[in-house]
Amino acid sequence: MLELKHIKKVYNPGTVTEMCLFDDFNLTVKDGEFVSIVGSNGSGKTSMLNIICGSIPIEGGQVLVGGKDISKMKDFQRYRTIGRVYQNPSMGTCPNMTMLENMSLADNKGKPFNLGFGINKAKENYYKEQLSILGLGLEDKMDVKLGALSGGQRQAASLIMSTLTPIQFLILDEHTAALDPKTAETIMELTGKVVKEKNLTAMMVTHNLRYAVEYGNRLIMMDKGGIVMDKSDDEKEKTKIDDILDLFTAISIECGN
Amino acid sequence: MNEFLELCVGTITQGFIYALLSYGVYITYKILDFPDLTVDGSFPLGAAVTGVLLVKGVNPYLTLLAALAVGAMAGFMTGYIHVRLKVRDLLAGIITMTALFSINLQIAGSNLAVDRGIDTIFSVVPGMQDIPLLYRKFVVSLVLAVGMKFVLDWYMKTKNGLLLRAVGDNETLVTTLAKDKGTVKIIGLVIANALVALSGAVVCQEQRAFSSTMGTGQVVFGLATVIIGTTLFRKMSFFKATSAVLIGSILYKFCIQIAISLGLPANLLKLVTAVLFLIVLVLGNRQKGGADHA
Repeated sequence: MLELKHIKKVYNPGTVTEMCLFDDFNLTVKDGEFVSIVGSNGSGKTSMLNIICGSIPIEGGQVLVGGKDISKMKDFQRYRTIGRVYQNPSMGTCPNMTMLENMSLADNKGKPFNLGFGINKAKENYYKEQLSILGLGLEDKMDVKLGALSGGQRQAASLIMSTLTPIQFLILDEHTAALDPKTAETIMELTGKVVKEKNLTAMMVTHNLRYAVEYGNRLIMMDKGGIVMDKSDDEKEKTKIDDILDLFTAISIECGN
Repeated sequence: MNEFLELCVGTITQGFIYALLSYGVYITYKILDFPDLTVDGSFPLGAAVTGVLLVKGVNPYLTLLAALAVGAMAGFMTGYIHVRLKVRDLLAGIITMTALFSINLQIAGSNLAVDRGIDTIFSVVPGMQDIPLLYRKFVVSLVLAVGMKFVLDWYMKTKNGLLLRAVGDNETLVTTLAKDKGTVKIIGLVIANALVALSGAVVCQEQRAFSSTMGTGQVVFGLATVIIGTTLFRKMSFFKATSAVLIGSILYKFCIQIAISLGLPANLLKLVTAVLFLIVLVLGNRQKGGADHA
């Protein structure tokens, strides 16, 4: 279980551009939940993910995982239990390393990076098997450098790499935003499949309202550092894109957009 | 003809010795994407420590280990300043380099000569006493350069080596692998400057001399050899980058040797080095077509 308690986040504190994003922000995500998060630019979606992952500091409050306070932990320490796929497909893989090397790196997460041989040939078949879940033929590109692959292929590989080792949370930060509509669709389907098969707790920020409605069992809409809509399970099932869009438009008009 | 052969052997020997420095620059510049100016300080540091220890009668091979250790410390300093104290990479190197200039003077003075009577790694080669010194130097430096190449090739395939390559390629990924990217960078700088100091130590043993200014321009030399090597052998994927750098080092020494043979005054050597580096950079960019600039 992930809990955000009384989170306070101020950007540029003590300057003229000081901006308080979160003041007493609270959110609880139960194990096994797949939360879709929507909201306009600047509503705090990505900031929230960055706070969970420790990428940005907070001015107050706590981040709890399984009841344990992790707000003092450094970002890389938190990633022991967190997997993350970024908006930019090049963030999740090493472009100058081969697929096999990338998979080996991902597979070694949580284990020591010592002077043992980096590539375990015996596990190559396991990697291929994992990549074949994607159905993109990436399992035949084990010796290809990731930089030679398309954005969609790299994003698909990032997805598999970030979930290769046991993790508690999968963080998806607009991970289909930089892809063309068809590839985005493929990646989204794969995401649903991977989350289901690996039984992951996931949080997905997206600007695609249809994805937010179709995927996941909980939907959150954020605005100005607060949650303005939160629907789970049956209630979410009944939610239509138009419902979200209406609220979205209402908020935007308030803002003067 | 014999003279020409000897000149070639001597030049290749120089290439081998300086290849150790090139490996170090390869790690920081190519793998970590870190322009490390520490090199101009850690190179003479290795030489200074070796020189002083040789004069004190320490086993010449042990002095190499000492050079590796002090070079590692210099790399650690730059890494610590950059990673933990959050100083920009270029400035972190400049700070260490400047500090090392005084430290080197403290260790060995402005000049130090190693007496002919003192053994070096080139004079105490078991079973090779009958072979002329020139060829002994060639064999010893060949073993060092090629041996270190294989050690590095092996390291790059270990888990730690993979992580080092990853941090230069995409440091965000290293963070999501739950590893501190800063620590990995420090490890890279430690290894690189240990190699640079080793190169300085071998140069000191070969020349039987240390000079406080011997570090000037070494970073440019290292960068040039790395770029020559990796540009020339870009198309040949079977060719390991370390081998490319080794050959780059030898080619560079040949260029300099040719310039000297044509009657270039020693005072203009650094100028030639700089111009040669510029030519290498420009030609390298042309070949790449500007598609992916390193």
